Amino acid sequence: MSAHSITEPSGRSKWVAGTLVITYALITMIPLAWIMLTGFKSPADAISYPPKVVFEPTLEGYVNLFTTRTRQTDDFLAANPPENWADEIVRQYDMVIVGPSKFGERFFNSVIIGFGSTFLSIFLGTLAAYAFSRFKIPLADDLLFFILSTRMMPPIAVAIPIFLMYRNLGLSDTHLGMILLYTAVNISLAVWLLKGFIDEIPREYEEAALIDGYTRFQAFYKVVLPQAATGIASTAIFCLIFAWNEYAFAVLLTSATAQTAPPFIPTIIGVGGLDWPAVAAGATIFLLPVMIFTILLRKHLLRGITFGAVRK
Amino acid sequence: MAEVILSNVSKAFRKTQAVTDMDLTVPDGAFVVLLGPTGAGKTTTLRLIAGLEKADTGTIQIGGRDVSVETPAQRDVAMVFQQYSLYPHMSVRDNLAFPLRSPILKTAEDEIARKVAEVAEVLHIPHKLDNKATELSGGEMQRVSIGRALVRDPAIYLMDEPLSSLDAKLRADLRIELKRIHAELAATLLYVTHDQIEAMTMATHVGVLDEGRLVQFGTPREIYENPSSAYVAARLGQPRINLLPTGLFGEDAPQGAAQIGLRPEHIAMDGGAPAHVARVEHLGDQTRLHLKFKDHDVITLTDPHTSLEQGETIHIAPRNPLFFDANGARVA
Ligand SMILES: Nc1ncnc2c1ncn2[C@@H]1O[C@H](COP(=O)(O)OP(=O)(O)OP(=O)(O)O)[C@@H](O)[C@H]1O
Ligand SMILES: [Mg+2]
Repeated sequence: MSAHSITEPSGRSKWVAGTLVITYALITMIPLAWIMLTGFKSPADAISYPPKVVFEPTLEGYVNLFTTRTRQTDDFLAANPPENWADEIVRQYDMVIVGPSKFGERFFNSVIIGFGSTFLSIFLGTLAAYAFSRFKIPLADDLLFFILSTRMMPPIAVAIPIFLMYRNLGLSDTHLGMILLYTAVNISLAVWLLKGFIDEIPREYEEAALIDGYTRFQAFYKVVLPQAATGIASTAIFCLIFAWNEYAFAVLLTSATAQTAPPFIPTIIGVGGLDWPAVAAGATIFLLPVMIFTILLRKHLLRGITFGAVRK
Repeated sequence: MAEVILSNVSKAFRKTQAVTDMDLTVPDGAFVVLLGPTGAGKTTTLRLIAGLEKADTGTIQIGGRDVSVETPAQRDVAMVFQQYSLYPHMSVRDNLAFPLRSPILKTAEDEIARKVAEVAEVLHIPHKLDNKATELSGGEMQRVSIGRALVRDPAIYLMDEPLSSLDAKLRADLRIELKRIHAELAATLLYVTHDQIEAMTMATHVGVLDEGRLVQFGTPREIYENPSSAYVAARLGQPRINLLPTGLFGEDAPQGAAQIGLRPEHIAMDGGAPAHVARVEHLGDQTRLHLKFKDHDVITLTDPHTSLEQGETIHIAPRNPLFFDANGARVA
C-alpha cells in the first residue's frame, strides 16, 4: 500500500529530509509567488527597485488584462461618471473601458485545445496500449518503436511542413487542427506510459470476466479501466501540461480564432506600455487549471510517476 | 450441466508442447479430477475448455456443441483460477454478483442478493461481503473466487486447485460442500488438484496427465489399485509407492518386469528379507517407517503405537505388489 521502505526512518533523518524538501519547495515557489504578487501590484510598484514585498494591492492588472481601454478628454470623462469599480481604476489614467480584451477568448481556446487533446490522446492511447499489451500484433515491437521514435525529434523540426500542410487542409488556426497536432505529439508518450500500466494488470482479471459472460470490450471497461485509473490520471497530467504550455506551434499556426493563451500573454506587454501587472495576472490565471487538475489527481500522480514500481 | 468431450486436442506455446493429442470425456454429472506434476498441462487443459486458449488441433464439445469458434462467454463455463482473480476495485459482494450481472445472465437484483447470500453462507464469508476484495486473507480470497463460480449454474465448473491455500479444517468443510453441490445440483466438474484426499474422496473419475498427455483415465480406485504405469502409480498414495529393482526379495517376477512397486499395504512385516529401520516418524494417526533395504530406501506405514525404534531390524516381504517394465509400463 505504500512506497516507503521497510524500516521506519529515524526521527533525525526525517527531520533532515523534511528540511530539504521544504527548502526546495520554497525556492521553487519564489518565482511563482512573485508572479502572483505582481498581478496585484500597480505598474509603478511592479518595476520599483529595490523590489517591494509590502505594497498596496490593486486589481488594476486584472482589469487591464480583461479589458481594452481608450484615453479620453477631460470633458468626456466629466460627462460620464464611472459606472463601477473597474471604471474607477482606469480613470486614474484618464481612460475608459471600451470592451473586453481577447484574454477570455484565448484562455477558453487553451481550455478547449488542452483538455480536448488530452482527452483524445488518452482515449486513443489507452486503446492502443491495451491492444499492444494483450493481443498478438504483427511487428508489435517495431510499431512501438516507431511510435516512440516520433518523440525523438524536436516537434518544431517539422514546423514548416506542418504549417504548409495545415494551410492546405484548412486546419490552420482551427481548434481541431491544434487538438490533432497536440494529440499527435502526446500519443507516443500516452501509448508507452499506458502500456506499462496495463501490462501490470494481470490478464486473469479480464479472462475471469470473459468467462463470466462479458465481451472483450465490457471486460476492458469494467475491469481493466478501473485498475488503470492511476496510470490514466498521471498520463493525462503529462499530456495536459505539454498541450497547455506549448508555445512554438501555437505562435506559428494560430492567430485570430484558435490562438491559445501562451502566445497571447506576451502581446499584453505591447498594449499600453510595459504592463507587467497585467502580464502577471494573465500568467497567474493561466497557471490555475493545470494546478487544480494536478491537485485533484495528485494521489494518482504520486503512484503514477513511480511507473508502477509500487505494488499494492 | 453437460458432457464435455475433447478429441485429439493439442496445444503448443512456441516450443513447449503443453497438451498433446488429448482425448478426454467428462461425462454429464461427473466429478473429474486431473492429476499431474507441475507443468503437465492441467491448467492449459482447463483454459482450452474455457476458450481462453485456442487449440492447435482437435475439437472440443460441450453438451454436444462444437465450441471451437465460440467465445468464453458463449461456452457457458465457470472457472476458478489457480491464482486468485478477484476484481480488486470491487467489494466481495460485487465480485460475487459480477457473473450474475453479465449481459448473458442479466439476473434480477433480488435474485442476485439471494444467490450471493446463499453462496457466502456456504463459503463461511457472510461477514466479509462488504469488504473490498483486497482486504481479505489469501484463504478468504480463494473462497470468494470459488464463490464467483458457484453463483452460476454453468455447463461445467472448471476448478484449478481451488482449495490449495486453505487450512485443513476449511479444506475438509469445502470438500464436503463441493461434493454436496455436485450431488444436489448434478453439476459437472473438472477439477485440478495435487491433493490425494481431494482426488480420492470427491472424484467420480481421475485423469492422469504426463507432459501434456492423458495417460490414464478411470475411477479413483482403478487409478490407485490398477495403475497403467509406475508414473500413474506415483501420482496417488501417501507415502508414495516404493519402486525397487525386481529380484531383491527372490520373488517370481513376471516376464519383462524390471521394477517392483510396493505401496505400504504391499509390504508385509511378518517375515521375509531383513531391513534396517533408519527413521521412525510418528504422525499421530499413523507412523512412517523409513527403511534401508539392500541399499534402497523404502518407506512404509505401521501401527501408530508401534514400539519400533531407529536401528532395529525387521523382516519385510512383498504382498500382491505391482510390476513394471524398464520403461515404467505396467506388466502385472
Ligand atoms: N502462456 C504460456 N506461454 C508459454 N508457455 C506456457 C504458457 N502457459 C503454459 N505454458 C507451458 O505449458 C506447460 C503446461 O503448463 P500448465 O500451466 O498447463 O501446467 P500445470 O499442469 O497447470 O502446472 P501447475 O501444476 O504448476 O499449475 C508448461 O511447460 C508451461 O511452461
Ligand atoms: Mg496450473
